[in-house]
Amino acid sequence: MLEWLAEVADPEIPVLSIADLGIIRDVSIGEAVTVSLAPTYSGCPATEFIEQSVVDALHEHGIEDVAIKRVLAPPWTTDWISDEGRDKLRKYGIAPPERGVSKRELLQGERQVACPRCDSLNTIVVSEFGSTACKAAYRCGDCLEPFEYFKCI
Amino acid sequence: MNKKQALLAYVSRLGDNPLILGQRMVELVAAYPELEEELANANFALDFIGQARMFYSYAGELEGKGRSEDDFAFLRDEKEFKNFLLIEQPNGHFGDSITKLVLFESFYLLLLEALTHCSDQRVAEIASRAEKEIRYHLRHNSQWFVRLGDGTEESHERAQASLDNLWQYTGEMFAVDDIDQVFADSFGGPDLDTIHDQWIANVTKIVNEATLTMPDDGHMASGGKAGRHSEHLGHMITEMQYLQRTHPGVTW
Repeated sequence: MLEWLAEVADPEIPVLSIADLGIIRDVSIGEAVTVSLAPTYSGCPATEFIEQSVVDALHEHGIEDVAIKRVLAPPWTTDWISDEGRDKLRKYGIAPPERGVSKRELLQGERQVACPRCDSLNTIVVSEFGSTACKAAYRCGDCLEPFEYFKCI
Repeated sequence: MNKKQALLAYVSRLGDNPLILGQRMVELVAAYPELEEELANANFALDFIGQARMFYSYAGELEGKGRSEDDFAFLRDEKEFKNFLLIEQPNGHFGDSITKLVLFESFYLLLLEALTHCSDQRVAEIASRAEKEIRYHLRHNSQWFVRLGDGTEESHERAQASLDNLWQYTGEMFAVDDIDQVFADSFGGPDLDTIHDQWIANVTKIVNEATLTMPDDGHMASGGKAGRHSEHLGHMITEMQYLQRTHPGVTW
């Protein structure tokens, strides 16, 4: 069942599956199949879409009775994104978030973000907010390509 | 007021500030002069509304009368909203909006941090989710506040005027009422005196960095926490609730 769920893509970053994203917290089988999912951001517009996609994916495999449970604790952070997910992000052209969210200084101090194309650290923030709530816009000072950075939250 | 009533009132009130603030920010969508701030504002508003939804859903469960998050947002009258007066103030100019956010979020972040340690598990969980978002907001908004205060002569003066004007609405955030007291005693809720001291220290730091002057306390307006609002809230919720009031039960 986890394999089926691993095929459900994140609607905003389709290169990532919800398994890569680290939001599947539990699958339990009782009278119904209950999938526990952790929402990424409180206001993430994709939350309901993802929940429906999970229900649809299990329906396709013949499981009729599916319940979704939202789990808030422990809260999702970008640390939950798997290594495989990080590689996929990089190949897709999005710089993956740094690890170690629990370290507060990361959120307040200076960050060094490597360009996903040429690995240069000579990058600048163009905008703290990108095409979706979870990404910031950057530009590489060496290869000059613009790229997106998955924010470390 | 017993424990159960206090918890329900406290949780519902926790939803009111982010909902009303989120709605205020929605008024600015498509009105920002540049794209980055446009996106920042819309994304922040989404976070606030998302937080309100989590608190309202929980409030509905606690109440046990089948009210949904939407019922809390769209079918309550002005006096049932217990948000701070600060939150409902009109957006004003960009400096007003940023100052309002810095004053509120400096408080809200400390409150959420304290709530992550309270004994009500659900509140603690929602707070730990929301805290991470507000930390990011505050960093962004503080940078703007400093840029405005420490900017041109004009921006400096206007930022100081925003701060002086909004200051009168900050006292209410720390005024302890019965609901706060029961929640503190029975659920290990936040001590608003301690939060006030930390807030003053944090805000003073940001204000100094912005080369602005901390306002004198003077008269502090209050009433929002008890449902007595300024004239601004009614207009706002009339617009917010229009669709549900005109077409009850309508869905997408």
